[in-house]
Amino acid sequence: MTRAPETFRAEVREWLEQNCPPAMRTRIISDAEEVWGGRRATFPHPDAKVWLERMGAKGWTAPTWPKVYGGGGLTREEARILQEEMNRLGCRRPLASLGIWMFGPVLLESGTEAQKLEFLPPMVRGETRWCQGFSEPGAGSDLAGLQMRAVRYGDDYILDGQKVWTSHANLADWMFCLVRTDPSAPKHEGISAILVDMASPGVSVRPIQLISGASPFCEAFLENVRVPAANIVGPLNGGWNIARSVLQHERGMIAQMRADAPQQNVGKIETTALRYFGLTEGPLPDASLRDRITRLRMDEHSFTLTLKRSQEAARAGKPPGNETSLFKLYGMELKKRRCELMVDVMGLEGLGWEDPSFSVESLDATRQWLRSRANSIEGGTSEIQLNIIAKRVLGLPD
Amino acid sequence: MSLVLTPEQEMLRHTAREFIRAQAPISHFRALRDKCDSIDLSKGSSGKYSDSMDPLCSDGFSRELWHALADLGLVGLLFPEEVGGMGLGFAELGLVLEELGVTLAVTPFMSTVLLSGGALMLGGTAEQQQALLPEVCTGEKILALAFQEGPRFAPYHCATTAQTSGTGFVLQGEKVFVLDGHCCDQLVVVARTSGQASARDGLTLFLVDANAPGITRTRTRLVDSRNAARIRLEQVSVDSTAVVGELGRGADLLDQVLDRATIALSSEMLGSAQEVFERTIAYLKERKQYGVPIGSFQALKHRAAQLYGELELARSAVLDALRGVDEARAEVPKLASIVKAQLSDVYLHIANESIQMHGGIGVTDELDIGFFLKRAKVCEQTFGDAAWHRRRYATLEGY
Repeated sequence: MTRAPETFRAEVREWLEQNCPPAMRTRIISDAEEVWGGRRATFPHPDAKVWLERMGAKGWTAPTWPKVYGGGGLTREEARILQEEMNRLGCRRPLASLGIWMFGPVLLESGTEAQKLEFLPPMVRGETRWCQGFSEPGAGSDLAGLQMRAVRYGDDYILDGQKVWTSHANLADWMFCLVRTDPSAPKHEGISAILVDMASPGVSVRPIQLISGASPFCEAFLENVRVPAANIVGPLNGGWNIARSVLQHERGMIAQMRADAPQQNVGKIETTALRYFGLTEGPLPDASLRDRITRLRMDEHSFTLTLKRSQEAARAGKPPGNETSLFKLYGMELKKRRCELMVDVMGLEGLGWEDPSFSVESLDATRQWLRSRANSIEGGTSEIQLNIIAKRVLGLPD
Repeated sequence: MSLVLTPEQEMLRHTAREFIRAQAPISHFRALRDKCDSIDLSKGSSGKYSDSMDPLCSDGFSRELWHALADLGLVGLLFPEEVGGMGLGFAELGLVLEELGVTLAVTPFMSTVLLSGGALMLGGTAEQQQALLPEVCTGEKILALAFQEGPRFAPYHCATTAQTSGTGFVLQGEKVFVLDGHCCDQLVVVARTSGQASARDGLTLFLVDANAPGITRTRTRLVDSRNAARIRLEQVSVDSTAVVGELGRGADLLDQVLDRATIALSSEMLGSAQEVFERTIAYLKERKQYGVPIGSFQALKHRAAQLYGELELARSAVLDALRGVDEARAEVPKLASIVKAQLSDVYLHIANESIQMHGGIGVTDELDIGFFLKRAKVCEQTFGDAAWHRRRYATLEGY
């Protein structure tokens, strides 16, 4: 069954040359170019649809998933070769999918055979789009305090409650949802994970507007929604561990996205500052602003090196520390500082709103500054990260 | 170059750590401070300290320790094997300096190895190197670099002049805060052969016998119990072979020497900061008030976690800067400024927070933490403080 890596590489290379449309051999630059799939899928280009269909049929949108579930059936090394050959040719990823990144892996770990056979192949082909129903208005940092009820009724559960911060719920086909199945048990022991068809009667969705304008976040209201009991993932009342598994995959996904994303704004702040001061060279006459820029750049320098050090340690086989909390904490705080500094550099020119007389660059900077206020809150607040570092890394007592 | 230690580096660190913690624990620093800090710095008419003074105090460091470090090869770690060194790099040196920082051990590493040794290594002739470096490696000779002339770091500000005189030069001026200047055997002096007082051009480095006629050395005492001197040069004659490097282009050499010394100092600061941090965490776990360990209070937990993050980021920058020197990267000056700015801030931040978190005992002399605060402050002002280095970084980066 195993083939020599060089043979596989040659096959992959040939297949990609023949099957990746030229229009798909360019980097994805903006969010609008991402292909999320699903029943209401839109494609930025006809070739994007072709590219997804071809890669989906090969199972190469989920390269290491078993073939029986529609995946590529590749080993880790083969998957790495595939990615390298795609990078070499400049092939963009054909599909962005929370299903493939977060929920599929959990189904592979904890789902029933029937669930895997039903849900995984459409994920691979990009036919279904998924959203995450975790947080509630009353359950943010304290996720285990969630209240959405699921009451058994024959072969089904009846769900009732509200979810919040559900990205793309308005476009999703399925929701990976956490519900309370035993209100009398201690809060961590009464939770179950369940798969909800977003087309079910009783499901309604409302997008959330942020201080920065439109966002992918939504509120999702479930009013007496009937869901087959067979859609429970993992053991009944064993959903908390399932949730933790999902969140772990989510963290890995975010880390990967950060690694793949083109470095935004690096080096731009000082050149932007010089421009706004009408200078072609330094020193900036505002010593305080100059110092703030320097502090930020020095901190970013050290942060990048810390990421590198962590990756090298992992590759050298050293056990990973609890660095993810450090990375989330610092990564987000640095991002907020950069976004705010960019606006500050621009003065009042950085505070325009929906006014085409302002440059695209400055309007974008304004929105990024506002949107970045959420970076230290979403996905685990900075305060929670500090708690985790204090407890798990420093061993400080409860 | 990987930021993860190689097995050889791990072994070196282990050797240095075991040795330093056994032979130069912080109690040695306290003993030196107790014995020597109150000594009267005024001198008799001979210009020397009384012969009955404990050499630990007249030197200000333990010659025994220095010789032991030399025997282990650590003093000559950076120097080539031809002069008796180990031919290793800054990545290795950093490990040793870090361990010295942990116990606040006082040694002439900075003065002898990094500053003067560095000047000779980077700019000296083969004769100059052969004449001095072998005895530096054995721990016999102590060297010092005299460049500073005022209380604030301004490396090109030099009013000390070197007038040509026959085939040689005559040096005239005054230097301050010369590390180990009071007990060194040889000085490397930065003097001006041309240009205005603060010009970068026109500086020249000279190798001078520390006991040469016309040299007066006055010991000064700083709050960290380490050794610096004011050195007066009154018509000091040197011949042409005393020039280290190129006439009038001394700033190029000085910059390189100072960047490397700055990175080296940052390694020592990192070790000290880490030690203070660990002692503080231990205290938070052990100290009880209101029936619970104070480390269970969220406010302290959060502050401790912040310090941890700052320290980890600074560590990465130091590790990379050391390797930057070894790789001869063009960005070394930028890296030096990054680590000095960051360690100056982080070490002080941790030392201040540590005292605060220790409560009342934090401000007692009995607790070692105070030593670290004092050292942090002196380190901050050595080779340029954080703000100086941030300005320099911005200038190097063109804004």
